[in-house]
This record gives sequence, C-alpha cells and structure tokens, in this order.
Amino acid sequence: MSTNKPANSKIPVYDLDQDGSNLDALDFDKVKPTEIGEIDFYQKRERIYTRPIKGFYQRIRLLTGWPLLIAYFGLPWLQWGERQAVLFDLPARQFHLFFISLWPQDLPLLAWLLIIAAFLLFTVTVWAGRVWCGYTCPQTVWTSIFMWAEQITEGTRNQRIKLDAMPWHWTKLRKKIAKHSLWLGFAALTGLTFVAYFVPVRELLADVLLLEASHGAYAWILFFTLATYINAGWLREQVCMYMCPYARFQSAMFDGDTLIVAYDNERGEARGSRKITADPKALNLGDCIDCQMCVQVCPTGIDIRDGLQYECITCALCIDACDAVMEKMQYDTGLIKYTTEKKQAKQHARILRPRLLGYLGATLIMSAIFLFVIFTRTPLSLDVMRERDALYYQLDNTRFENLYVLKIMNMSQQDQDYTVSLEGLDNALIIGNINAQVRAGEVYELPLRVQMHSADLDSHRMTFTFYVENISGRNKAKSESRFLSPIPSS
Amino acid sequence: MSESWSLYIIVLTTVMTVGVIWVLLANRRGTGSVDKTTGHQHDGIEEYDNPLPAWWFYLFILSIVFGVAYLVFYPGMGNYPGLLNWTSVNKWEQENQKAEKTYAEIFARYRNISVDAIYKEPAAMKMAQRIFANNCAQCHGVDARGSLGFPNLADNDWLYGGSAEQISHSIEWGRTAVMPAWGQVLGDKGVIDTAHYVLSLSVASQEPSANREPSANRKPLANKEPLANKEPLANRKPLANLPNDSSRIEAGAQSYQTFCAACHGADAKGNPLLGAPNLTDDIWLYGGHLQAVMASIQKGRAGAMPAHAKKLNADKLHLLSGYVYGLSRRER
Repeated sequence: MSTNKPANSKIPVYDLDQDGSNLDALDFDKVKPTEIGEIDFYQKRERIYTRPIKGFYQRIRLLTGWPLLIAYFGLPWLQWGERQAVLFDLPARQFHLFFISLWPQDLPLLAWLLIIAAFLLFTVTVWAGRVWCGYTCPQTVWTSIFMWAEQITEGTRNQRIKLDAMPWHWTKLRKKIAKHSLWLGFAALTGLTFVAYFVPVRELLADVLLLEASHGAYAWILFFTLATYINAGWLREQVCMYMCPYARFQSAMFDGDTLIVAYDNERGEARGSRKITADPKALNLGDCIDCQMCVQVCPTGIDIRDGLQYECITCALCIDACDAVMEKMQYDTGLIKYTTEKKQAKQHARILRPRLLGYLGATLIMSAIFLFVIFTRTPLSLDVMRERDALYYQLDNTRFENLYVLKIMNMSQQDQDYTVSLEGLDNALIIGNINAQVRAGEVYELPLRVQMHSADLDSHRMTFTFYVENISGRNKAKSESRFLSPIPSS
Repeated sequence: MSESWSLYIIVLTTVMTVGVIWVLLANRRGTGSVDKTTGHQHDGIEEYDNPLPAWWFYLFILSIVFGVAYLVFYPGMGNYPGLLNWTSVNKWEQENQKAEKTYAEIFARYRNISVDAIYKEPAAMKMAQRIFANNCAQCHGVDARGSLGFPNLADNDWLYGGSAEQISHSIEWGRTAVMPAWGQVLGDKGVIDTAHYVLSLSVASQEPSANREPSANRKPLANKEPLANKEPLANRKPLANLPNDSSRIEAGAQSYQTFCAACHGADAKGNPLLGAPNLTDDIWLYGGHLQAVMASIQKGRAGAMPAHAKKLNADKLHLLSGYVYGLSRRER
C-alpha cells in the first residue's frame, strides 16, 4: 500500500538529491531519519474512545450484522430429524450439516470449502477492499457490540474519557462493574453458543444450568468466554493491527481500482474551523472544518486524512461522521468517501479487470466442484483389512482360506441393509454372513472368510475386489484386497 | 540420565533462559528515529517504523515466567523431578484408572443380564467383539471360525459343551485336552486301520464339506478361461481320502472299541466332560484327511485353552461368554 501524502504531512523530507529522481546517484548514507533520540522500542498503546455514529454505512453494517449474529446464536437450536441440525460431533468424528453427515474421509470437502472461502475473500477484496474486515469479521462485530455496552454503562465518549481520568470512587466502580458484567455476560453467551456447535445445545444448556456438565465443557466455555471478553473488550484493534494475517495479506490484493475509504485532500484542505455562515473561500479554507469527528469515530484510532493506512479496516464510519457534518454545514457530502486510487488521481477507472475476473472465475469453478462433490457423494465406504494373525489357513492339500475384516461405514443418515460380494476370484466361497444391517453413522465390522480351491488359484497372491451395496443398489462401495496361499514348491 | 548429562542440561537451560531475558531487557530501549520512519525510502515509498505494541513485551515476560514455573513444577532441569512429581508413567496410570472407572459403569449395565440372553444386546456385543478381537482372535480368528488346532466357535459344535456355564468355564479357567499317542500300542497297521474306521464314521452320513456352511455367494466368473494346467473340477479329490477298504475299516472298528471308545464313546459321539471330540460329524480340529487323522492317532494331540479369569475382569468375561455363546445363535 503506498502512502498518499497529504499536504500537511509531518513525514520528514529526506536529504536526497535535489530533484529526488536521480536514483542511481542516491547515496544511502545520506538517507537517515531527521531526528534520532532515545526511544522505547515498544509502542505504548493509545486508548481509543470511539464516538457512536449513525449513517448510511452504519445501517448497512446493522443489516448485515444482525442476520449473521442471529444465525450464530440460532443455528445450534435448529433440529434436523432427531438431532441438532448443525453439530460437529468430534468424539464420533462426524460433522452433521442438515442433510449431510461428513466423515473424516470427506476431508477434501473441507479443503475445497477453505479454497472457496479464500478465493471469495480475494474477489471481494480486489473489488471492494477490506469489506470483510469492516462489516462481517466477528472481531469487528463483537467489538461494536462491546462498544455499545460501554456506551450504555459509561456514557458518551467525553464522559468515558473523564471517567478514566478520575480517581477511583464509588460511581466509577459501579460503572466499571456494570460494563464488565455486560461484557462477560455477552462473552459467556458467545462461548456457550460456540461449544453448542460441538455438544448438543439442549443437553449442554440444561447440564450447565444444573452444574452437571463435564469439566471439558466448562473449560471450553470458559476459554471462549475469556477469549471473547479479551478480544472484543480489551484487544480490539490490536488484533487487526498485530495478530490478524488476513489484514496483512489483503493489502497484496489491492490495486488502483480497489475501493478504499479516502479523504478528498484537494477539496478538504486547507482545513480549519469556521462559522457555519462564513464563506470558506473568503477565509482561504477547504471544506474540512477540522472537527475531528472522523478521528473520534474510528475504531482503529487513525486519522483518515493522513491517507490510506494499513490500520484502516474500511468500516466507513468516518464517511458517516463526515457526511453528517457536511450536511450540517450545508456543504456537499463525500469529503470522505469510497473511491479508488485511480479516481483520486483522476485516471481512467474500471471495475472489471483481469485480476478480479480471475478470482471470480476461480471462486465459481471451486464452488461448482464443491457442489458436485457434495451431491454425488456416496454415503457408504468400505475398508478391507486382512487378518494379521495368519497369512492363510490351509484346510487340506487343496483348500485355503483367508480371513478379512470388512469395515462398512454407513455415512448416510438412515439405517441400511448391505450385502457383500466379491469379484476376481473364481469359485470363491464366502464363509460368514454376507448381509449386514448397519445403523446410520455406524462403522460395522464384518469378519469374513474366503475359501479357494488350489485349482482356482492363478498365483499365490491374487488381487480381487470386495463390493458392498445396499439393498436398493443405489450405494455401492468397493475395496481391493489380496488372497494369499503358499508359494508352490517347484 | 547420568549426572554429567543432567548437569549439562541444567547449565544449558539456565544459560539460555538468562540469555533470553537479557536479550529482551537489553532491547527494551535504545536510540532510533523519533519520528515514525526508518529512513528507508525508494521510489517515493517510505518505510514506516511500526514498533511492536508494549503488551507484546509483557507477553514475552509472561512466557518467561511460565517457562520458569514449568521448570519448577515439572521435570525439565536434568534429573530434577519437579515439585509435582510428574512422570509419564504416573500420568498413564492415572488415565488408566480413569478409563477403568468410566468403562466399569458401562460394563456394569450388563452384569445382571444372563449369558444366554446378553447376545441379543447389540451394544454389549459390539463391546464384546472388541474384547474378543483383543484376547481371542489371535487363535480363533476375528470371525471366531478358528483354524487348524483352534476350534471353530461359530459352528455350534462344542468340545466341552455349549451351555452358558460350560462356555464361561472354558473361558475363565481354560481347558487342557490330551489325546494320547497310540502309535506304540496300535503299530503302523493299527493306526492306518483305525484312521480308516474313524473317517468312515463321518462319511457314512455326511458330505465331506458339510462342516462349512455353504454360501449363496459361490458364483463363478462366466467369462474366465480355464487354465490348461488346472485339474478339472470333476477330478478333484474329495476332502478326505475316503476309505473304501472294508477290511481296514473292520479291523479299525475293533481297535476303536478297545482303545478309543473309553473317551470318544462306543458310538463315537465324544464326551464333553473330557473334551473328547465327536468323530462322526466331519468336524476336524486337526484336519480331516487320512494323514492328519493318522497323525492324531499315532502321535496324539495336546490342546490348551489358556485361563482368562485373572487376565480379564468379571464383567468383561461375562460379556465375552455371551459373545461366544451367541456366535452360533445370533442372527445378524
């Protein structure tokens, strides 16, 4: 991300060649910061007191945020048949998602899903910048909920600043306790809901309330409660700035046509306060009245007028703030607005560009593959293991037996009747029950013997295939195995 | 670990820990640019200096505190065992006790269901199948159909009786079977004659391969060319070298009544009290062809089923008995 240097920048000018363009002649010894001094190598965190703001983009955030929140808290309560509709059953190693139950064998599906998610993120980022960060990222959504709790317990921005500067007294304590209780309460709800994706919520909630849940359940609820509390209450923008990898590599997706939130330097400068009735041209001022509203609403505590910065999550709150002020001043809105670097530079801007189309294409192809795999998936799997104790059993001079254990995995959501057959061995005799009734989601172990007459054996090591299919014949799975017999002495 | 190695590790760990602390503290402050840039500039792009947040520094401190506390409580400093006295063996024992406790409750549920009824409990049988696989399948096979010298447990033919009590007894206390060697007594001819007689007992009533249940799945591949060097099916020799020498059979019958009937019975149906097998059902523990039967008579056989009473707890034995009982009765 290049920096868009504003007119009043405090960025020092370096001692370069006069015209600054003769790079070959650049003497790096001359390039040094203008001021050197004793410093702390770690940055002290500046507290950010945000001011709430209403506006167009904030409304969009609410409209996208609420359904996601409701989905997060509501999904565990949905039932599908006799079980929870969305349940990641780790002990049974089965992920239930409505009509489909995924097994460890379906791991490639998860890979496809992650690839789709990645390309979708790339597509959106190339087109509209850090939309994910600003509108839908749980870090942002939960932080704004926590800020709202801060607002109703400790008051407005100025009241909070004052409160924090005050010495401890009863009122301060009361307000702080109220805030942290709200935070912890919401965090606990979040933690409980998260665990409810792994433990059926109806049992979990009852057990937790009756203090009968397992230690593991309590430990995980506590972990996610504290994680939520610390992340959304205390760390906030620090997560975006120092921890989040997406925040960093999204910058690599940006080009000149990517939507960014930017301040119109040309129109805004020179900034300065004025009376609402005053004519800025007469005062030699731009449209920016330097009210600091855009800074005060920013959840990452930056000044958007300094140009595009890596901290900016493009939440567009500064646009809402500035537009409100511009309306009050009866100026045109859009002093801060969604724009692109090319538009700023008054260059030809375009939306459809190869990079965007490429990402979009990749997303669509991956999604098509994913859906194809999901809907053509056979919910049946067969593993055949040879008995490990004996290579073969010899009944007499001519007959041999091999013992196998067939693991039949019913990955469907219904009980099934399966039947076993084999192909590739002439006149093979299967000893044992070839019919298996397997419950939904069960792994059924079926030991079977195969008996062969030496006259039918082409070699001492014959490869053949076991088949298992359900009675309707719609699901069929196979697995290869070997029939071993002694090497004939020549 | 020898003392010198222990010392080496202690010194190394201490030096590293102190070193890390020194590096951290020595780089807390220093001289640098007081504006926000590093001074690097190229093509008009300046490199900002974005220092780590201060809480990051405290995380380092926290890690060091954690590390030191770990070394105090857990084994890490050479041979020093740590205040908690943690060892992997202790941990394993703890986990084992925990598991025993957890699973004991599950096993106990079936304690009061009798052996001859428990095989109808699918969940119990699933557990029992695993116990069988771990303790019995080595000899009897995972499908419990045995092999040469190890009885088939799924054919409803029992050497020591198939009642619930008899099966439980076999599993808990084991069985020792002895077929004496008759080679010296009978002589070579006597052995051959007796073997012929014994084999004739099964042939009289049954088809040779009746001990193996026939399967519906015997389907030959239609399109496969028969190999030239293969024996045609019709010419195959039957399971046993069927004795047709009536004089041998008659002589063998006399030897049988003299020497064998005491255990196997005058009608050769065996005696479960002794574990003497039925010789008329064409089920052969040690093979049913002439050579195998001759070897059994001549040299004798000694079979041993080990006792499991001390290897497995009562609940597991109970489930296992039910499983074996159900093998030839269960339909699934």
